[in-house]
Amino acid sequence: MIEIVSRERCITCDRCVEVCPRNVFDRGEDGVPVIARQADCQTCFMCEAYCPADALFVAPLAQPVPPDSPLRDEAHLAATGLLGSYRREIGWGRGRTPGAAVAVGPELPHKPPPIVNPATGRTEILERTSR
Amino acid sequence: MTDSLDLTTDVLVIGGGPAATWAALKAAQAGADVVLADKGYCGTSGAAASAGTGIWYVHPDPLEREKAMASREALGGYLADRRWMARVLDQTYDGVNELATAGRYPFPVVDGRPLRRGVQGPEYMRRMRIMVRRAGVRILDHSPVTELLTAADGSVAGAAGHRLQTDEPYRVRAGAVVLATGGCAFLSGTLGCHVNTGDGHLMAAELGAELSGMEFSNAYAIAPEFTSLTKTAYYSYATFYREDGSVLEGAGSQRGRSVIARTLLREKVYCVLDRADAATQAKMRLGQPNFFLTFDRLGIDPFTQRFPITLLLEGTVRGTGGIRVVSDDCATSVPGLYVAGDAATRELICGGFTGGGSHNAAWAISSGSWAGEGAARYAARLGPAAARRTVTGAGEAGLRPTGTARPAETHRDVVAAVQAEVLPYDKNYLRHADRLTPALATLHDIWREVRSGLHGAGADAVRTRQAAAMTAHARWMYTAALARPETRGMHKREDFPAQDPAWRHRLLVGGLDEIWIRPDEVAPVGPEEWASLGRPGFERVTERAYARAAS
Repeated sequence: MIEIVSRERCITCDRCVEVCPRNVFDRGEDGVPVIARQADCQTCFMCEAYCPADALFVAPLAQPVPPDSPLRDEAHLAATGLLGSYRREIGWGRGRTPGAAVAVGPELPHKPPPIVNPATGRTEILERTSR
Repeated sequence: MTDSLDLTTDVLVIGGGPAATWAALKAAQAGADVVLADKGYCGTSGAAASAGTGIWYVHPDPLEREKAMASREALGGYLADRRWMARVLDQTYDGVNELATAGRYPFPVVDGRPLRRGVQGPEYMRRMRIMVRRAGVRILDHSPVTELLTAADGSVAGAAGHRLQTDEPYRVRAGAVVLATGGCAFLSGTLGCHVNTGDGHLMAAELGAELSGMEFSNAYAIAPEFTSLTKTAYYSYATFYREDGSVLEGAGSQRGRSVIARTLLREKVYCVLDRADAATQAKMRLGQPNFFLTFDRLGIDPFTQRFPITLLLEGTVRGTGGIRVVSDDCATSVPGLYVAGDAATRELICGGFTGGGSHNAAWAISSGSWAGEGAARYAARLGPAAARRTVTGAGEAGLRPTGTARPAETHRDVVAAVQAEVLPYDKNYLRHADRLTPALATLHDIWREVRSGLHGAGADAVRTRQAAAMTAHARWMYTAALARPETRGMHKREDFPAQDPAWRHRLLVGGLDEIWIRPDEVAPVGPEEWASLGRPGFERVTERAYARAAS
């Protein structure tokens, strides 16, 4: 769910108010958008993708996180590079290569391949039955 | 509240995902004036925008096309129609190429050749919005439709709804309407699907439209527990474990998903993607970056660390049931009403097995294009007289109660009560008459309460209508599920575990206060029928069958 609108980073462009498919934000009186209806958030990360200032953070959980969670700690999220990480991954923003241009996933196997041997990093024909 | 918005147009498209944008684009290219009204923001709302998807994009080589058509036929219980598969493959090929050239979608290039078999949702829908705007379509964002408008002769004549950000009602009078409102995932929490509550199905049924394949409505997707990230493809690399660390035998992302469901009824299930080697892992990150958002943010390495998983209902988003299509241009049985994307049945190309991923994406492009063009032609035939018609709001449940109105807030209780019947694995996934019958009876009771008392106005009406739509959807689903005493496609009956050749036909369902069900007169066209009939002659055969069915 959406947890953070950074007052420091926000450039008050209202883009998140416009693009959120669930109309979660309201325009704030001082220009910084307000999370007005968090319960309506569907954790789709789209607001983050569209935020040109990397001022938003969506925690990956479908329920709100506790107030003391690191997922609500802006300094921690900035330091670990998680703030703005979705926009970076999909290559949105000036000077970046669109992620779509390099999105070549693996050819999915028809049946699960053997388990990887952690020592070699390669798949081996050694099925573990328990661990 | 300000003066309400009142627009007149040739074609109104309801929805804002892939099918809606293709419909709007093609209607505008055909010369129609077009309004697109989306419940959220056209470009981010719906199942596709926040995900990434494969596309059923196959080169027009006869052998490749034959292989593509045969690929899901058996899984779908041979309920698909090869004539539709062939035309979807043609239309999708053209549409994706248009997205690449006119839309400038940056498809990857491998060995000097563009790879066009998949798209990333955010980029795809951003480009579609640009194309739609360039074509001159007027977009109304955050403008959920709450009811269709009808003319005196019963044909559709527009829609009314509420603009959420300005808190004002609005109305669009139109010559023709395309419903591209998506499937119904019952607010289960599956990725991007909170807007997919089956609103279009309810509105179509209020005008007498038929639905098809509603028994194929129990797709469940794997997600890490407590998250919305239902992206199942990469679980092909998973091993599933019990709480005690032992391997859950028979569990798998494809054929073994029911083992996971059965186990989740009793205990937690864990998973590690321990079958992806280093090279595969790197490719996975490039292919679906949002799959890893969850893990990165929770500090989990999914390739080495166990994490708990759950199954979330994707209903008719990934199931194949929906509003019945009665002609090549995706008309419904209601004059002037067209249907596209997940709101429509996808049995025509998938039968009873999931249309998820590539097939649904192809269907959205194709059915959207045909519905848009069909609606434009219909509106052109009506001409300026369309705007002079006297129109009436057709909305009933949740808008115009038959008894004493109760507070709109009761919509929450309705949703919770419906979810209690459709989300549990032992009712909807692992189906048995002993559990379906009482569930359906409960749903009928909920409907009676909804019909008599549920009432909302303004923005509240959006929520009461959603609750009504989900209730109706669940009743069609279980009526069809009980009417098919066999296992076929995704519809698995524990009390009838085998496929019965006598039931190789599609099932139509409809009605609101009284639900009816009957076999479809139009027979599926499998490989044998396709071979024996031959393409040119067969086209006429199906057209006659559709005409009979519509009369």
